[in-house]
Amino acid sequence: MATVSDRPDPPAAKPRVRAGSLLGTVPFLAYVAVFLIIPTLVVVVGAFAGDGGFTWSNVAALGEGYILDAFARSVALSAVTAAIGAVLGAVLAYALVTARPGGPLRRVVTAASGVLAQFGGVTLAFAFIATIGLSGFVTVFLRDHLGIDLYAGGVWLFELPGLALVYTYFQVPLMVIVFLPALDGIRPQWREATESLGGSTWQYWTRVAGPLLAPAFLGSALLLFANAFSAYATAAALVSQGNPIVPLQIRGALTSEVVLGQQNLGKAMALGMVVVVAVVMTGYTLLQRRTARWLG
Amino acid sequence: MAGLRARRARRQRVFRWAVLSVAGVFFLLPLVAMLEFSTRDGGTWSLLADWPRLAATYPDLAEGILASLGLAALTTLLMLVLLVPTAIWVRLRLPGMRPLVEFLCLLPLTIPAIVLVVGLAPVYAWVNYLIGGSSLTLTFAYTILVLPYAYRAIDAGLSAIDVRTLAEAARGLGAGWTTVMVRVVLPNIRSAVLSAAFLTVALVLGEFTIASLLNRTNLQVAINLLAKSSATMSVAVSLAALILAFVLLLLLSLFGESRRARR
Repeated sequence: MATVSDRPDPPAAKPRVRAGSLLGTVPFLAYVAVFLIIPTLVVVVGAFAGDGGFTWSNVAALGEGYILDAFARSVALSAVTAAIGAVLGAVLAYALVTARPGGPLRRVVTAASGVLAQFGGVTLAFAFIATIGLSGFVTVFLRDHLGIDLYAGGVWLFELPGLALVYTYFQVPLMVIVFLPALDGIRPQWREATESLGGSTWQYWTRVAGPLLAPAFLGSALLLFANAFSAYATAAALVSQGNPIVPLQIRGALTSEVVLGQQNLGKAMALGMVVVVAVVMTGYTLLQRRTARWLG
Repeated sequence: MAGLRARRARRQRVFRWAVLSVAGVFFLLPLVAMLEFSTRDGGTWSLLADWPRLAATYPDLAEGILASLGLAALTTLLMLVLLVPTAIWVRLRLPGMRPLVEFLCLLPLTIPAIVLVVGLAPVYAWVNYLIGGSSLTLTFAYTILVLPYAYRAIDAGLSAIDVRTLAEAARGLGAGWTTVMVRVVLPNIRSAVLSAAFLTVALVLGEFTIASLLNRTNLQVAINLLAKSSATMSVAVSLAALILAFVLLLLLSLFGESRRARR
């Protein structure tokens, strides 16, 4: 993503840092402190806060069965949709690079991908309810014309398999957007060089293009994972019973009026999410840097 | 060699159209289904176009639409006021602080919105206390959410011009810092500012997590609520909101194209 290379500023006028200059950044820093840093600290501190001050009990409670299950399901859902999205998105992106660069096809599909990757949340949940919900377009068509009952095995759209399908809808376009620049970095000359040396298509993909694209592919897949792991709105609009994944568990803890002290458990789960996403995004940044070195 | 290449081009063309057709069906089907679903009931779309009747029939939805439009405008304004002068200032006077500002701007990517809500709840208790609990106060949280995207857009715009030379020339001719920012730098990064604004509007129109969990009303919260009383109507509004976001982002991508073409 970091495709914009900054031209180094000319060293001629070396700025002296004076207090007056620093004042210029105060509004921004103050704003970010109040609405980003303090909330983050609230989560971190709250995760370790109990009635009588510091406690490990909230974080320890993450080990409880139903929370571990939620984390496991969240990780599984994110991993599966990231893998599917990465593979399908990469195929789609490759199909695009074989087209004429700058041609209308490529422009339209790239623009559409930008929209669809952003197109999340409630709207997406309703789109799928209208498509394969109980009285959805496809459901009704299949039932009336082909005699196929989509829901013979239960109403899976509102459970994990449904979430996986709906998440795929925004994961694939995201993959197209983030993976396309890497594919563009592949030079046709490399293929010609492989062919002049007698290499086959198989050898080209496994020995040349594959290894070069691997870091970009893995990095993009990690980004997709973080994207799915953080997603909340789609699941909230689609799943009304139970809290199968972590974001919905957090919602449960936030809105629970039955059990007090759930608030800090919610903060512990939030901290758990931050840790997961931060690790994944660090991996993404490192792989991105490596990609930039090879394909930039 | 030439025969090989022609054969490969042909194979690639077949492959390309096969992949794109399958993808096209998968991605267009839900949109077509939304259209079909929302036209099953004849009056839905005409109701959507008739604002007084809509407001009377679904007051919550009308409130949500107005709130989201207001939020989009306010968030764009706050984002610009906060980010543009800071980005220019840091580039000109405090290059040492650029990594910090960049880090802070990209930080929201690492903190999921649901996590941000957890931490924002006590902050918003103070906001309520100080300026009241209107839905428009979500502007503060949304400005944080859009920081990564807006920063990237504006930073890219600033990288494309030689800010320092422009500023020095203006300063040399006697301009003050405000003049430098408003009359010299800003016109040069107009398209970057515009794309930051488009992204902000699209993001605000689609936001649900924070509004819903802080018990505020916006478009998406209203749509979600509407689904319980009228599924058809909620799908129709979803589709309308989607088309609006689509048009905005399409404009943005066309704009991006023409900017690159000029460079």
